[in-house]
Amino acid sequence: MVDPSENVRLTRRALLKIGALSGGGLVLGIALPTRAAPLPDPADAMPARTLPDPSDPPVEFAPNAWIRLHGDGRIQLVLARSEMGQGVMTTLPMLLAEELEVGLDQIEVEPAPVDSDYINRLLGAQATGESTSLRDAWTGLREAGAVARRLLVNAAAATWGVPETECQARRGRVHHADGARSLAYAELAALAARLPVPEPIPLKTPDAWTLIGTRPRRLDTPDKVNGRARYGLDVRLPGMLYATIARCPVLGSRVRHWRGEAARAIPGVVEILMVRHGVAVVAETSWAALRARELLEVDCRPSVNGVADTERIRARFRAALTGRAALAHRQGDVSAALDAAHRQIEVVYEVPFQAHACLEPMNCSADVGPDRCVVYVPTQDQQGVRETARRLTGLPAERIAVHTTLLGGGFGRRREQDFVIDAVELSKLLGRPVQVIWTRADDLRHDFYRPMTLHRLRGGLDEQGQLTAWFHRIVGPSLLARVRPSDMPDGIDPTLTAGAADLAYAIAHRRVEYRRADTPVPVGFWRGGGHTQNAFVTECFLDELARLAGRDPLALRRTLLADRPRHRHVLELAAERAGWSAPPNAGRARGIALTEAFGSFIAAVAEVSTSAGQVRVHRVVCAVDCGQVVHPEIVRAQIEGGVVFGLTATLKGVITLSEGRVEQGNFADYPLLRFDEMPAIEVHLVRSDAAPGGVSGLGTPPIAPAVANALFALTGQPVRKLPIAPSAF
Amino acid sequence: MIPVTLNGELRELDLDPKTPLLWVLRDHLGLTGTKYGCGTGACGACTVHLDGAPVNACVTPLSAVAGKRVTTIEGLSLDGRHPLQLAWIVEEVPQCGYCQSGQLMVAAALLAEHPRPTDAAIDAAMSGVLCRCGTYTRIRRAIQRAANPEARDG
Repeated sequence: MVDPSENVRLTRRALLKIGALSGGGLVLGIALPTRAAPLPDPADAMPARTLPDPSDPPVEFAPNAWIRLHGDGRIQLVLARSEMGQGVMTTLPMLLAEELEVGLDQIEVEPAPVDSDYINRLLGAQATGESTSLRDAWTGLREAGAVARRLLVNAAAATWGVPETECQARRGRVHHADGARSLAYAELAALAARLPVPEPIPLKTPDAWTLIGTRPRRLDTPDKVNGRARYGLDVRLPGMLYATIARCPVLGSRVRHWRGEAARAIPGVVEILMVRHGVAVVAETSWAALRARELLEVDCRPSVNGVADTERIRARFRAALTGRAALAHRQGDVSAALDAAHRQIEVVYEVPFQAHACLEPMNCSADVGPDRCVVYVPTQDQQGVRETARRLTGLPAERIAVHTTLLGGGFGRRREQDFVIDAVELSKLLGRPVQVIWTRADDLRHDFYRPMTLHRLRGGLDEQGQLTAWFHRIVGPSLLARVRPSDMPDGIDPTLTAGAADLAYAIAHRRVEYRRADTPVPVGFWRGGGHTQNAFVTECFLDELARLAGRDPLALRRTLLADRPRHRHVLELAAERAGWSAPPNAGRARGIALTEAFGSFIAAVAEVSTSAGQVRVHRVVCAVDCGQVVHPEIVRAQIEGGVVFGLTATLKGVITLSEGRVEQGNFADYPLLRFDEMPAIEVHLVRSDAAPGGVSGLGTPPIAPAVANALFALTGQPVRKLPIAPSAF
Repeated sequence: MIPVTLNGELRELDLDPKTPLLWVLRDHLGLTGTKYGCGTGACGACTVHLDGAPVNACVTPLSAVAGKRVTTIEGLSLDGRHPLQLAWIVEEVPQCGYCQSGQLMVAAALLAEHPRPTDAAIDAAMSGVLCRCGTYTRIRRAIQRAANPEARDG
């Protein structure tokens, strides 16, 4: 280790760390200030060092880099976010490569270790979620690339004894204007590591971009089509054992006693033991562990949760639709406005508990020894994994390594630590590497579910049919109370009020309330988060009000968005591309919905029909304004994926509770949208110079209300509950 | 000993004949490209070819493949350049990628039987493989691309 003051310098936006790699390389790190630790005042900046004394040994600065330029020519870009399909393995390196002037084909991407330098400022932790990765990285990674490029150019200029302005970086080499001389980055790295950091470092203007805005092939695709991609379940360590855990079916219940004679008789079973989450069967192979677990006899303690069921939860939520609540937004006087309204309606909506159902079930591999712990895990929260391992092993953080594998789906589920606890606990007890495998039933029955919510809305129209009053009461369990209580000022859980408290429509009198109603069902992050519930509720209610006012849903929205040009633009673009002004084919209807989330804007138009009680979605047209587009094809894929995730939530599975147990246990009773149920999806991107917004969760919120509004238009029956019951038509 | 021709190579396996093929591949042969998703044949992530036909390896005991030919994603092509693999790359099909071995194996069996499949045939073949990321549209485009030699390189 080196004294950080030796090699930490401040630029406009970030603390830079620059150092040398053994073997003559350059390593460049950047410590981005977190939300909790605001930017230091530039007046406090350390002065840049003067020209280096060549006799100084280069600073050995090994870890926590963003860029490693090795003496042998390899260029490594470090990826500090988890690749779970959203494309960060390609888009984040694109930001570095754009400014570093290297091609994506010239680089290796290496997953980051855990370190405070890799904190996601929007989440306040080294974690991936809430559609933040690109927004967080946008400036910092480009700046890291720009600093490295400038140092390399300066090194070339110094080597040749020419002005820096005569040198240009291109595809991993610095070229002199004479066209004859050039040096590879690898040849310049050792000198660059000794040069002072020039500042300010101007970033390239958009017209100079050669990578951002183009669609290079994703770096993760080749291994994902030949079977070589390594997910958590594909981790293989020497001497590794495999474990499955029999959990009590009643949520929160604990094992009283168990009998394992029959299970122990299965060849390959090594150990059966009680652990925190149940009874673990540990074996030489996955199959032996899975098979033996079926033979375990597990008796669980009675639990107060044993009487919990969906009906009771619904009744409690219903009772909470009136009475006290926390105020999430207030503007004008909604009670007076409703009293004065020419017409008013009151409606209750319901959104169920739902599971993530990542195709790769939860799992984790750990190798715990007396003086070190290594965790191999598909996780969205590396920092949390290290903290979990630290608590379970008692080892200091620097003795714990976290290796992030590819994630077979995340959707917020892999921000949890339950599967990490399983593996670390078992490996510590057994002194051998252990891989814990969750079955599909474990995965569906012991999730941190999308919160069930009930919503009471009241709306008032004046005599001209203008919307004057809007009341929205949200009832549901808090998610942040468990994971981030510091982000819950005044008892408001912003993950439950997102998209409701900050409704974009101009309504003179508006009040939004949140009433926390916790249940025995654990809840967690979900693709699109609270926007998914609230977009369904608010966009459907708007269509009910439009019907009451005798107005076209699109026209009403445009009126209410007079001073919201980005919202209006996506709305109008989606309507135009969907052919809103012309009627659809007989037997079909269209619905429209709008969402602002994660710094982005989306409007979706769904075209639906019904047949024999089944809803068929034929076509979905999306218009998206997500600011600067880094990789248009990945944005389109994310919107398509978000829509499909939302369609499953709209039309398919629901998690219900009976006698404290989750009733669903596999895809037969928790179905996902199938290939033959896919609508045609079009995604139209708006050109924008705004900073990038998030897109991973963006496609999910508007699809439920777009489909529900289309059904409302088709049948005259409003949809007020998800998923849409097939028998409703 | 149970003889199986695995990706073109004859193997003699000394294992419990009731062991599901999925776990034979993953636990004993180091072939982790075939994925566990549900264990009940409900998601298709574990699809392999048995004498050329797609089967769910998680519900196929080793005894059922004795003396037969098994092809996994690792054996779909020698060089990763099966027309479907190339089309998958061009159409940017995978997101998380976890289901894609199964999607490719089902699609490969479809094309082996119907080199120019209709949309209905694609629907019928592909509806047994679940994708949580929602890549179905791109899978259809990739199958159509691979089935149409003029479009392959575009």
